[in-house]
Amino acid sequence: MTSYLGRRVLQSLLVLLVMSFVIYGLIGLMPGDPLDIMLASTPGLTPQAVARLRAIYGLDQPLVLRYWHWLIAALHGNLGYSRLHSVPVMAVLLPALWQTTKLMTASFVVSVAGAFGLGIVAARRPGGVADGLIGLLAFGGMSVPVFWLALMMILVFAVQLHWLPASGISTVGEGGLLDVLRHLVLPVVTLSLATMGGFIRYVRASMIETLRMDHVRTARAKGASERRVVLVHAFRNALIPVVTIMALSFGTLFNGALITETMYAQPGMGKMIYDAIQGNDFNLALSGLLFATMVTLLSNLVADLAYGWLDPRIALK
Amino acid sequence: MTPLLEVADLRVCFPVRGAARGQARDVVAGIGYAIGEGRTLGVVGESGCGKSMTALALMGLVPPPGRSTGTLNFAGHDLNAQSPEAWRRTRGGQIAMIFQEPMTALNPVMPVGHQIAEVMVLHRGMSWPEGEQHAVGMLEAVGINSPAERARAYPHQLSGGMRQRAMIAMALAGEPRLLIADEPTTALDVTIQAQIVDLMRELQERIGMAIQFISHNLAVVSEIAHDIIVMYAGRIVEAAPAEQLFADPRHPYTRGLIATLPDFEHRLARLPVIPGVVASAEAGAGGCRFADRCALADAGCRAAEPPARELQPGHCVACFKAAP
Repeated sequence: MTSYLGRRVLQSLLVLLVMSFVIYGLIGLMPGDPLDIMLASTPGLTPQAVARLRAIYGLDQPLVLRYWHWLIAALHGNLGYSRLHSVPVMAVLLPALWQTTKLMTASFVVSVAGAFGLGIVAARRPGGVADGLIGLLAFGGMSVPVFWLALMMILVFAVQLHWLPASGISTVGEGGLLDVLRHLVLPVVTLSLATMGGFIRYVRASMIETLRMDHVRTARAKGASERRVVLVHAFRNALIPVVTIMALSFGTLFNGALITETMYAQPGMGKMIYDAIQGNDFNLALSGLLFATMVTLLSNLVADLAYGWLDPRIALK
Repeated sequence: MTPLLEVADLRVCFPVRGAARGQARDVVAGIGYAIGEGRTLGVVGESGCGKSMTALALMGLVPPPGRSTGTLNFAGHDLNAQSPEAWRRTRGGQIAMIFQEPMTALNPVMPVGHQIAEVMVLHRGMSWPEGEQHAVGMLEAVGINSPAERARAYPHQLSGGMRQRAMIAMALAGEPRLLIADEPTTALDVTIQAQIVDLMRELQERIGMAIQFISHNLAVVSEIAHDIIVMYAGRIVEAAPAEQLFADPRHPYTRGLIATLPDFEHRLARLPVIPGVVASAEAGAGGCRFADRCALADAGCRAAEPPARELQPGHCVACFKAAP
């Protein structure tokens, strides 16, 4: 088990290394380098001065060499300087990362919990009224675009009912815990609804299949209560395929988070990466994308570990 | 003495898809039998004759939309009239069941000992640690070596025979008065089959519970049953004490079943078969359900359903052609 974990972590680090090179290369392919931008805003620069600046920043070196220098610096904890924000990358990245983590974690927990509850209820009587309503909710969540859902939420709960703030992460001048949470409600609900639809479908399908299994009949024959049959005997088995899908989709949740953040004007990773790419802020874009990759790799690892933990037939070696 | 279980006019009906309202298919079409305290009843018949559905009706586990009607008089009260909560206490406590497929009938993500302990927690008021401890003893009682180690094992870590022993241990954990065994040996190797039958007989002698032993295999049933009922297409066609049934089978179907048993003293080039397949329960409207496969059938057999007649004390046959 420990050796398995060690190997998987090593594997993930290797993938991260390769991805860092790929992303670095892709960003290098983008038209224009930092000096072109500097040139555009300072018309007086002579070609000699430009050449000298290129040499100072190392932009005259081949891509691989530049990557190497970046890698060595990054491994020493130096991710460079953000051109747009005029501060070290870390100073921009960390608050954005924290913001996105809050949104994603809360949405993930809400959508998983909701999907378990609703999926099980739907699976108890396939084709029943509850199943129909839950199915409608699931398909609605899956097919309604996140940006539209976000707009509707703002329109109803912020503009008309005045229950919740429409955007931002806290009220200027207040900023207590309650205030921060209030600002988080609409984004979390929006992102959860969008993610939950698929989860509900998976839980329902897996649960229906499990409830038909022989060992569930055995559990009933033992005299276990219906509650115990469904929640203990069937649920644990139904979880096995579902948890893998859920953990894997944590990476996909990132995409949803980017749109949600934009809609609710929250300074998270999504807006940060978007601005960085638009503004040719290479260092920031590179680090942001790498963190996104890391999240996906980590969720893959968690998926595999959860699978082995839930199913005793899978030996992680 | 009143028997432990007395079944009267048991019907299990499933609504027919697309048919008019109220029309239903009788998977079990009004059967009655009794099992005495500590006795073993063998239930024999081909696949689809309603044996398993009878067993599920006794457990109150007929899958919806099926419905079970009739009286199931067990230890003085009618099971079919009891509340869901009373059913829950009956299942696993008073009446336990073991299933055909030991591979799939155990929960794959729970240790075997835990699954056995669950019965004792549910029915005997034990705590989980007590239950787990007793489970080890139960595994030992059903002949499993190093039971403490096996109790911690998951089902996939045990062989088929061991799993069926664990199933038996689980069924007996609630100290049932009636054990229903639905094809308990069918999925096992022949040598293991004999061991399991021996085990059940031995446990019955020790504990004294009654057994309803269901099998399509007349040879296996003859090893363990005191009385045998033969089912065909949802009905009981013949019922008799075991020796009587083998010595003097009266129903053409029973005769056919006995004739198909391989006889090693008189080797035949081809084993005899009963021609045809089991008629579906709704097809035999009116006449004898076996008529289409019966060499003796005439117009009378197709016109009316033969009632069960007691030809000798304890020997009932539902056939017009059976002579007294």
